[in-house]
Amino acid sequence: MSRSDRPAPEGLLLNVEHVTMRFGGLFAVKDLSFSARSGEITAVIGPNGAGKTTLFNCITGFYKPQVGRMTLHHPDGEFLLERLDDHAINRRARVARTFQNIRLFAKMSVLENLIVAQHAALMKASVFSLAGLLGLRSYREAERAAVAKARHWLERVGLTELADAEAGSLPYGHQRRLEIARAMCTDPLLLCLDEPAAGLNPRESAELNRLLRSIRDQDGIGLLLIEHDMSVVMEISDQVVVLDYGKKIAEGSPVEIRRDPAVIRAYLGEPDDTELPLTGGASC
Amino acid sequence: MLPAALRDAALAALVAGALALPMLGFRLVDSASGLTLAGRFDLVAWAAGLVFCGRLLIRLLPPLPAFPALPARLGDLRLKAGWAMAAIALILPFLPFADRNLVDKATMVLIYVMLGWGLNIVVGLAGLLDLGFVAFYAVGAYSYALLSQTFGLSFWVCLPLAGVLSAGFGLALGFPVLRLRGDYLAIVTLGFGEIIRVILQNWQDVTGGPNGISGIERPSLFGLSFKAAAPEGRQTFAEFFGLDYSADHRVIFLYFLILALALATNLFTLRIRRLPVGRAWEALRDDEIACRSLGINPTTVKLSAFALGAMFAGFAGSFFATRQGFISPESFTFIESAVILAIVVLGGMGSQIGIVLAALLLVGLPEWFRELQQYRMLAFGGAMVLIMLWKPSGLLSHREPTIRLGNAP
Amino acid sequence: MEYFLQQLINGLTLGAIYGLIAIGYTMVYGIIGMINFAHGEIYMLGAFISLIAFLAATTIGGSSVPIALVITLFATMIFTSLWGWTVERIAYRPLRSAPRLAPLISAIGVSIVLQNFSQLAQGARVKPLPPVFHGGVTLMEGGDFTVSLNWLQIVIMALTLVLMLGFTWLITRTALGRAQRATEQDRTMAALLGIDVDRIVSATFVMGAVLASVAGLMVTLYYGVIDFYIGFLAGIKAFTAAVLGGIGSLPGAMLGGLLIGLIEAFWSGYFSIEYKDVATFGILVMVLLFRPTGLLGRPDVEKI
Repeated sequence: MSRSDRPAPEGLLLNVEHVTMRFGGLFAVKDLSFSARSGEITAVIGPNGAGKTTLFNCITGFYKPQVGRMTLHHPDGEFLLERLDDHAINRRARVARTFQNIRLFAKMSVLENLIVAQHAALMKASVFSLAGLLGLRSYREAERAAVAKARHWLERVGLTELADAEAGSLPYGHQRRLEIARAMCTDPLLLCLDEPAAGLNPRESAELNRLLRSIRDQDGIGLLLIEHDMSVVMEISDQVVVLDYGKKIAEGSPVEIRRDPAVIRAYLGEPDDTELPLTGGASC
Repeated sequence: MLPAALRDAALAALVAGALALPMLGFRLVDSASGLTLAGRFDLVAWAAGLVFCGRLLIRLLPPLPAFPALPARLGDLRLKAGWAMAAIALILPFLPFADRNLVDKATMVLIYVMLGWGLNIVVGLAGLLDLGFVAFYAVGAYSYALLSQTFGLSFWVCLPLAGVLSAGFGLALGFPVLRLRGDYLAIVTLGFGEIIRVILQNWQDVTGGPNGISGIERPSLFGLSFKAAAPEGRQTFAEFFGLDYSADHRVIFLYFLILALALATNLFTLRIRRLPVGRAWEALRDDEIACRSLGINPTTVKLSAFALGAMFAGFAGSFFATRQGFISPESFTFIESAVILAIVVLGGMGSQIGIVLAALLLVGLPEWFRELQQYRMLAFGGAMVLIMLWKPSGLLSHREPTIRLGNAP
Repeated sequence: MEYFLQQLINGLTLGAIYGLIAIGYTMVYGIIGMINFAHGEIYMLGAFISLIAFLAATTIGGSSVPIALVITLFATMIFTSLWGWTVERIAYRPLRSAPRLAPLISAIGVSIVLQNFSQLAQGARVKPLPPVFHGGVTLMEGGDFTVSLNWLQIVIMALTLVLMLGFTWLITRTALGRAQRATEQDRTMAALLGIDVDRIVSATFVMGAVLASVAGLMVTLYYGVIDFYIGFLAGIKAFTAAVLGGIGSLPGAMLGGLLIGLIEAFWSGYFSIEYKDVATFGILVMVLLFRPTGLLGRPDVEKI
C-alpha cells in the first residue's frame, strides 16, 4: 500500500467537461462539468432520475457519452476516460466502482471476491497461468501478497471472520462493505460509490461513514459518491455537486448547498427560505 | 384425499389417452396401395391406464425422499471419494470380473468423462453455453486421422497437434462470437457444430464424406505396437515383454491411455481453478459487469476458457479416432453435444466428481442396454428430464472455495 | 430471371413454414427466457398427426379433399397443441425457478424422448404421401423454363398470412394477449397484478404448438415425405430464424423465417445444395456481429 505514487492531496484528480449522454431523444446528462480532487469526498446528489448513475456509468466506461471529455489526472500522466474500455478504466486509469444493486460474485467466497479483484497483478505474476500451473515460487509470492492485501481490507471492513463464507449469503450491510473492499483491492486512485448507504440501518450507516472517511484520510484517494441519504452527504462530503434533469444546478460545500435556492427548489418544488432537512432524507 | 386423487388421475389418463390417440392409436402402414392406417387402440387404453395408475401412486405415496444430506466438511469427503474412484479405475482391468467387454465400456465412459471435464471449463466454470462442443471433438478426431494418414505421424505426435488445432478452431470461432449474450452464443455454437458436420459430410476429397476415414493408425507404447506381428525392425508389445499375443493388451492399453488423458484433464482443471484465470472464469459466470469494473477483460477470459475446453475435446477426439480406427461424420452429431452438456449440468455445473457420476449414469448405464437400442434412447431422454426435475442444480452442486483464509499461503 | 422468380417462390414457401415454427421459439423465449429445444419435435409431431388425420379423414369422410383438409387442420391443431401443453406442464413448469440450464437440459431430454417415441410408434422409414394438390398457375413461360406457382404454395402463403393476422389480433387486441405481453415484460409484477402466470405460459406453449402444427401439416402436404427426424433440423433452422429476426419479436420471427427460406432456396439454386446450412449459419453470424440483437430486436441498453 505505498502512497508515494499518489498525487498530493490538493491535486486535481478527475475533470469532467461538457459531458452529454443521450438515450434516444432523452438527455440523461446534459453539458455537465465538474471536478473531483484526491483526498476529498465529492458527493453527487439530485432527485431520482437526475442522471447520477448515468454519470457514473460514463466515468467508469460502461456508457460512452456522445459529447464531452473526462480526464483522470495521474502523477504519471492523464487518461481520457471516454476513450478507454470499461475494463481498461479500472486497470489503467485506476478508477474503481461499486453498484447501486450490489454486484458481488455471489457463489464465490468473500476472500475469493477480493482475490479476483487483484486479477491483473496476479495474472502477470502467473505469466498467463504458466508459472501458476507449474507452481513456481514467484507466483506463490504474488498470491501471498494478494491474500495479505485481501486480509488488510477484510479487517478494514470488519469481515475477517466471514472470509470463507459464500458472498451471496452475507447480510445486506456486509455485502455493501465487501463490495467496497473489493473495489479497493484494485488499488484505485478514484473510488466511485453508487448509493453505498442505501438500505443500511443507522448503525451500519455510521460505520460506513467511518469507513469512507478512513479511505479518504488513510489511503489519500478521491471518492465520488452518489447518495440519497442527506445525513451521509452532509456529514462526510467535502464537496457536493447537485444534478437535476441531467444538468448541474449547484456546486459547493455542504453548507453552501444547503442554503442554495436552486437546490431547495429542485428538492422541495417551490422557492422557500427553509433549509434542506439535515437528517433522514430517505427519498429526496 | 382419495376422491381428489382419483379425479386428478382420471384427468391425467384422459390427457394421456388424447395424446396417444393419434400417435399410438394409428400406425402408418406402407402397403401396395399407398399409405394406409392400422388401428391399435389397445395401446391407447394401455397408455391411459398406465398414466392413471402412475398418477394415482404419485398422489397417494409420500414424496420422494430428499437427496441425502451431505456432511458439512464436504471437501475432505469428496477428496477421499475422488481418490477412491481413481484407485478403482486404476485396478479395474485386473479385477477378476473384468472382461474385455467391461474394459471397453469403461473406456467409453472415460471418453465422456474427459469430454465432460473439458466442457465443464466452458459451461461449468466460465458459464458459457456451448451447444456445439462435439465440433471440437470432431476436429480432434479428423486432425489425427488426416495427419497420421497424410504425413505418417505417430499418435503421440498427433495428439498435441490435434489439441492445438482444436484450440485454434475454438479461438477462431470464439473471437467473433464471444461478445454475444449468453443465448446467442448457444445458437451460434450449435450452428458451428452443424457446419463442421456438414463439411465433414460433403468435403469428399479430404474427409471421405459420409464414408469417413478408415484404417487409422493404432497407438503404440514407446514404439511397441499392439498388433499380432510387428513391422520390419520393430517389436510388438507381447514380444518385448515375453507375453503371448492377446488382443486384450490393446484394449487394456487404450483404457489406461484414456484414463491418463482424463486424469490429466482433471488435474489441469483442479489446478487452474486456483489460478487467476480460473477464478476469473467463475467470477465471469457470476457477474460479467462486476468483472469489467474490476479490470478484467471478459473477452480474453472467455476466449481462454473456450480454447482450453476445445483443446481437451481435441485430445479426446484423437483418442477416439485411434481407438475406433475408423471415423465418420455420424459420430459427431448434435446428440453427442447434448449428451456431454447433460453430463456437465446433471453433474452439478463445476463439480468434477459430479461429472463422473453423471457420465456413469448417462453413458455407462445405457451401454448395458445396447440390445434395446430404441427403448434405450427413450429411457435416456426420460432420465434427463427426471434427473433435472429431481435435482435442478445437478447431483453435486456444492462448491468449495478455491482458497481459504485459514490455510492460505 | 425465370429461374430467379421460381427460387423466390420456393424460398418464400419454405420461409413461411420456418417462420411459423420460429414464432413458437420467440414467444417462449420472450416469456420465460428459455430455449424450448423440444419445439422442433412438436412440429414433427404435428406433421405425423396431420398425416394420420388426413388419412383418417379421407378414409371416413370420403373423397372430398377440401373437407378432409379442413378436418385435418383442426384435428392437427388440437392434438398437437395438447402435446405442447403437456410438455410444458410436465417438463418445464416445475423448473420455473431452477438454474438457467436446467430447463434447457430438460427440453433436450424431451426432444430425445419425442423423437424416439415417434420412431417406435410409427417406424423409422420415411412416410410418403402422394400429392394431394395438382396443378397451379403458370406465371411466366420463358424459352425453356416455366415459372409456376402451384395451388399448394398459394394455400401455404394464404394460410400463413391469415394465421399471422389472427395472431397479431390475438396479441394486440385481446385480454389474453395483453396479459401475455405484461408477463413478458415483468413476470413478478404481472403475478402481483393478478395475472395467472402459469396459465399465460401454458397458453403461450399452446399457441406456439398450434402454429408449429400448421407448419407440420404444410410440410406433409408440400414435400409429401416425413420421418421422425425432421424436427431437429427444422427446429434449429427456425430457432436460427428467431434469433436472426431478433428473439422476442414476433414480426422478427416471421421475417427471419422468410429470410432463411430465401437463403436456402437461392443458395441451393445457384451454388450447392450441400452447403446451404453453412450459408444459413454464416449469415446468422454475420447479422449478429453487426446487429447483436437481430434484425428487429430492440437494441438493449445494458442495465447497470
